Amino acid sequence: MKSAFRESVNVALNNANLTGALGRFSEAYRIGRAKAYEGIDFEAVRAQIRDVKSAAACHLDELAETFKRNAEARGAKVFRSSDPLQVKEYILALAKEHGVKLVVKSKSMASEEIHLNAHLQAGGVEVEETDLGEWIIQLAHQTPSHMVMPAIHMTKEEVTEVFNNEVEPGQVPDIAKLVKFARGKLRAKFLNADMGITGANIAVAETGSLVIITNEGNARLVTTLPKIHVAIVGIEKLVEAFDDVQPILTALPRSATGQLLTSYVSIITGQVPNTDGSPKELHIILMDNKRSEMARDPKFKQALQCIRCASCLNVCPVFRLVGGHVFGKTYTGGIGTILTAWFDELKKAEDIQSLCIQCGNCKVVCPGMIDIPELILELRRRLAVEQGQGVVQKAIFAVVNNRRVFHAMLRTASITQKPFAKDGFIRHLPFFLSDLTEFRSLPAIAPVPFRDLFKEIQQPKGKEKAAFYSGCLIDFSYPEMGKAVVEVLNKAGIEVVFPDKQTCCGAPARYSGAYEVAAQNAQDNIEALLAEDVKYVVSACPTCTVALKQEFAATFESLGMTGRLEDAKKLAAKAMDFSTLVKQLVDEGRLSFKEGQDLGKVTYHDSCHLKRTLNASEAPRELLGKAGYEISEMSECDMCCGMGGSYSLKLPEISAPILARKLVNIKAADAPLAAMDCPGCVMQIRGGFDKDGAKIAVEHTARLLADRLQ
Amino acid sequence: METLFETFKARAEAVSAEVHRLATQREAFDFVINLLQEQGVEDVPGRGAIWADGTILKGFGKKYLANEAPCLSFEITRQAAADAKVGISQADWAVAATGTLVVDAAQVEQRLVSTLPSIHVALVGTSRLRADLPTVLKQLHPSQTGYISLITGPSRTADIERVLTIGVHGPERLIIVFVDELERGNA
Repeated sequence: MKSAFRESVNVALNNANLTGALGRFSEAYRIGRAKAYEGIDFEAVRAQIRDVKSAAACHLDELAETFKRNAEARGAKVFRSSDPLQVKEYILALAKEHGVKLVVKSKSMASEEIHLNAHLQAGGVEVEETDLGEWIIQLAHQTPSHMVMPAIHMTKEEVTEVFNNEVEPGQVPDIAKLVKFARGKLRAKFLNADMGITGANIAVAETGSLVIITNEGNARLVTTLPKIHVAIVGIEKLVEAFDDVQPILTALPRSATGQLLTSYVSIITGQVPNTDGSPKELHIILMDNKRSEMARDPKFKQALQCIRCASCLNVCPVFRLVGGHVFGKTYTGGIGTILTAWFDELKKAEDIQSLCIQCGNCKVVCPGMIDIPELILELRRRLAVEQGQGVVQKAIFAVVNNRRVFHAMLRTASITQKPFAKDGFIRHLPFFLSDLTEFRSLPAIAPVPFRDLFKEIQQPKGKEKAAFYSGCLIDFSYPEMGKAVVEVLNKAGIEVVFPDKQTCCGAPARYSGAYEVAAQNAQDNIEALLAEDVKYVVSACPTCTVALKQEFAATFESLGMTGRLEDAKKLAAKAMDFSTLVKQLVDEGRLSFKEGQDLGKVTYHDSCHLKRTLNASEAPRELLGKAGYEISEMSECDMCCGMGGSYSLKLPEISAPILARKLVNIKAADAPLAAMDCPGCVMQIRGGFDKDGAKIAVEHTARLLADRLQ
Repeated sequence: METLFETFKARAEAVSAEVHRLATQREAFDFVINLLQEQGVEDVPGRGAIWADGTILKGFGKKYLANEAPCLSFEITRQAAADAKVGISQADWAVAATGTLVVDAAQVEQRLVSTLPSIHVALVGTSRLRADLPTVLKQLHPSQTGYISLITGPSRTADIERVLTIGVHGPERLIIVFVDELERGNA
C-alpha cells in the first residue's frame, strides 16, 4: 500500500465532519430504504434488472445501433465513440460551431469520468454545474465524494464559505437560505446558457429514448431552456425495450435515496420544440470507454448491471468512515473500485481494493445483483497475478501452507509470547506491531492447541459421526470453543472425530488474491476431511464453513481446476455451521434444553459470513432463547465488527473505528453478555472490551449452549 | 376510484405536494382565481401567472378566467415564464402508487409553466387516475411524444448536510387539483 494512499485514508478518518455526516446518513439510509421497499418484492425486482441489464450487456453493439437508428429517426444526432478524447473534442467542436459561451450541466458521471469540464473550459467555454451538490464542489474545486450526494462531505459552514469566496459575500450558514441563494444564482445561468449537457439514467434502444431522473428539477431546465441539448451516455445504460425501464425506475429511487420516485423523471425521445419554436438540436453521445471490453470479460460483465444508485456505498462500514475522496476522482465505494479498475486502469485500483473488508453488505442490497465483494477479490487475484505477491506475504503463506512448520511455530510462539501475555490476552506488542494491540487486545496463543486437547477428551461411542473442522483460531487460541462443540454433539449421540491433517481454510490467501495458495489449502482439507466416514463436517467458524461449503469449489473454478470440483462438492454437502446443525438436532428431538433456566439478557452479533453467506441469523437466536437467555437486540446487529480476518492486521486504523461503533452498540443493548458464532468476531470484540474496560462478557454460542443441554 | 384517490393523496402529501379534489371545472377555476388573489399575483416581473393550454380551457374557461383574473396570461413565452410566480397546467394522468403526475410535455409551454414559476398548479381529471405507472406508460408512450414528464412532489434537494429542502430549481409548491367533471387529458 502506498504511503500517500494511507495518508489520504488517515486524513479522512480524522475528519469528524465527514465521518459524522456519513455515519448519520448510513443509519438513516437503512431505515429509509427499508420503508421505501415496503410492499415491493426486492428480490423479484432485482432479478428483473439483472436479466434486463445482462441481456443488454451481451448485445451492446447491436443495441447501440438500434438506439442510433431510432433516435435519429426522431431527429437526434447520435455519435458513438470509444475514446474519451474524441467525445470531448466532439462537444467542444459543437460548442464552437454554434458560438456557445455558456454551458449548463445536470449531473453526469460519464462527463466526470472523462473530465469534460476542464476540456471545455480550456477551449474557452464557461461550464456551470447545476445540481446543487455538483455546483458546490465545482465552486470548491473538489471532486464528488459520493455518486448520488456529491457534497455529502461538506458542512453548511463550509458551503457558506465557498459561496462567500467564490460567488458573493454575505451568505450565512442557514441551509434554506443557501439553497435559495443557489436557486437565484443558477436561474440566470439556465436562462442565458446556449447549451445544456446531461447524462442519462437509461437509454432505450427500441424507442431511442433517454430517461433522466432528478430531484431538483435542474435536468428539466437544462433540457428545455438552451437551444442545444447534449447527452453523454455510457453504453451500459442501454436497455432493449421501453418496458425494461420499469424495474429500474422502481429500484433506483428506492435504493438511492429511499424515495418511491424522484421528483422528476423525464423521458426524452428525439427533437422537441425550443422556447422560440425551433426544433431543439439533440446530440446523444454513446460512450464506450472500455465498457465493451468489460462485457467480454466473463467475470466482470456483471458490473455493467450497475444502475448507479450508490447503495453499495451507503451500507459499507468502511465507506462511512473514509468517504469517497480516497477512492479517486469519479466513481467511489465498492462498485467505484471496480469501475475505476476498468475505466481507468487496474493499477489505479491497487490501493483502494484493499479497503474492502468483505462483509457482504453491498451484495445483499445491490439492485443489479452484482457480487461486488467477489469482483473485488477477482481484482485482487488479477493484481496478484500481474504484480506478484509481496515477499513478506509469500513467506507467510509458505508457512501457513506447511502444516507442520506452521503448527510448530505457533507452539513456539505460545512459549515466547510469555513476556506479553497475561490472563489470556496480549495487550501490547513492541515496535511496528504496536498498532495491532492499540485498540484491542489480542488473544494469547493457548498452551495446548485443540488438536492435542482433543485426544484427551473422553467421548461416548455414538451411532453417528461428525468431523470437526476447527479452523486456526479455535485450534490455537480458543480450544475451549472446540471442546464445547464436542460436548454438544456428544449429547446428541454424535461422536466427533478430528482429522489431524486439516489445515488453514485458505480464506486469508483467497482474500489476499493468492488463489493458488488457497487451492492448495482446499485440496489438503478435502483430502483430510473426506478420508473420514462421517455424516457431518461441522465448523464453529462461519468463514471456515463458507470455505468448506462454497469457496473451495469457487477457487478451483477460478483456476480452471475442474477435476477437483466433484470432491469439493462432496465436502460441501456435508459441511454445516455449528448453530444450523444444532438447531436441526434440536428440531429432530435429539437435543433438548434444561428446563426453567433464566439466564438473563444476551445481545447477539451476526457475523458477516454466517448471516449473509450462510443465511443463518435465526438459528443461534432461537437456540439461545431456548437455553434460557433473553435476547436484547443491539442496533446494527449485522454490521461487521471490523475483524475481517487479516484485514484488522493490514488496516488497523479502519478496523479500530468499526469496532468502536460495534462496542457502543453492544453497550447500548444493555446486556452483560454478547454472543456470536465466530471466533474471529470473539477475538475482535472481546479484545475491544478488554481495552475498553466495560464489563461485558463475549462468548461463542457453542460455549453458552454446552452446559444448558440435557 | 375513491381508494385510488386516497392512495394518491397520501403518497403525494408524503412528498410535500398539496392535493385537492373538486367536482366541477367552474369550482376549479374559482380555486385558481382565489389562489392568484391570495398570492398577490399581478402583471409585474416576479408576480405574474401563466396558464398553459389544455382541454379544460376549451369552452367557457378562458373567457371566464380572463374576466375574473385579468393578470393571468395564456401567452407562454420564455420571459413570461421566468417572470411568473404561478404556473398552471393540466396533467394527462395521475399515478396513485407514487403520487405522480404524468404529462405529455413535448409542447415547450407545458415545461415552462411547470419549471420556472415557484408555484405549479396542476389540474387533472379524477377519471385519469390509475393504479401504477406501467398502466399509464402503456397509454402515453415515447412513440407518441418526445417529452414525457413524471412529476412527484415539488423540487427538492438534500445536498447540504442531507437536510431536506423544498424548492431548488423547480417549483417550491406543487398544488394538485383533481376535477371530477374533467374527463379528458390534455390532448
